[in-house]
Amino acid sequence: MVTAVTIGSNPHPLRWGVVEPTRDSAGVDQELARELLGGSMEAFERFVGAYHDKIFRYGYAMCGQREDAEEIAQETLMKVFENLGQLREPERLKPWVFRIAKNACLMKRRKSVFAPRSELSLDQLMPAKNGEGDGGRLDIADWSGLPEDLAMNAELHERLRKGVHGLPEIYRSVFLLRDVEGLSTEEAAEVLDVTTDVIKQRLHRGRLILRKELDDYLHTARKSEGRTTP
Amino acid sequence: MKENDCQDVFARLSELLDRELPAGTCEDLERHIENCPPCVEFVESLKKSVVLHRTYRPAADPPQLSREVKQALRNAYERMLAARGAGK
Repeated sequence: MVTAVTIGSNPHPLRWGVVEPTRDSAGVDQELARELLGGSMEAFERFVGAYHDKIFRYGYAMCGQREDAEEIAQETLMKVFENLGQLREPERLKPWVFRIAKNACLMKRRKSVFAPRSELSLDQLMPAKNGEGDGGRLDIADWSGLPEDLAMNAELHERLRKGVHGLPEIYRSVFLLRDVEGLSTEEAAEVLDVTTDVIKQRLHRGRLILRKELDDYLHTARKSEGRTTP
Repeated sequence: MKENDCQDVFARLSELLDRELPAGTCEDLERHIENCPPCVEFVESLKKSVVLHRTYRPAADPPQLSREVKQALRNAYERMLAARGAGK
């Protein structure tokens, strides 16, 4: 049974549900920025504790090296504290920090040879169809056996990590900002200096690539099971 | 059910899931999905993929900031506060 859900101020129910946003409360960041600008050492500690991890994660996924990620995190934090007085809108703390982190990444890494010269077409990412006409099925693996708790499945976790690291960087940066760090479309556009339409397009393609990777993995896993099952 | 309706869903699915489409467009796409088993299967797989990939964490944990780095950050913070106070 499909249940209609209405979330937030969305005026129309979405029968097919939504992917719950992973957003931190914008109000929390706004309050944190105000406290920092007010000179709170407790806020300083809280900010360093939270953002050191976030920037390290972003830097690691963009550069692929622990040492680079650590340098990016330290350089970003230093620039943040040197320039915090220039932050005019406290509610923009998160995109402002990630914009600095993005620039630190750009300085650090070489341009990826795997980066596509142009956007991938959707046709390349659509599953093949088995059979003709409206009754034809898409060639999609059985996803029902995927564990909800990834901590219980190290192999799958590693597979997801490889999928993220293998994304072309124009999609990886958008995926990380939107889906992992919880920035809004507008905030991600601000960080990456592109339009919101570009963010939407790249996020969708990034998600489709990751879905396809996982689907391929499930197909392979199912075939292996078939071979080992008498 | 038309083939190009499936393609519409495929092209705009993230915007649908993220509630970034006008209400009328959402309703049109959802009406199609409801009557299209291949689209249902695809929507569900994409949703699950998004939820799983959001748990991404690097293989390595970030190292603790050294005492020296922490002190350098604190100094930068205090300099910024002093400059801000002086500017007021």
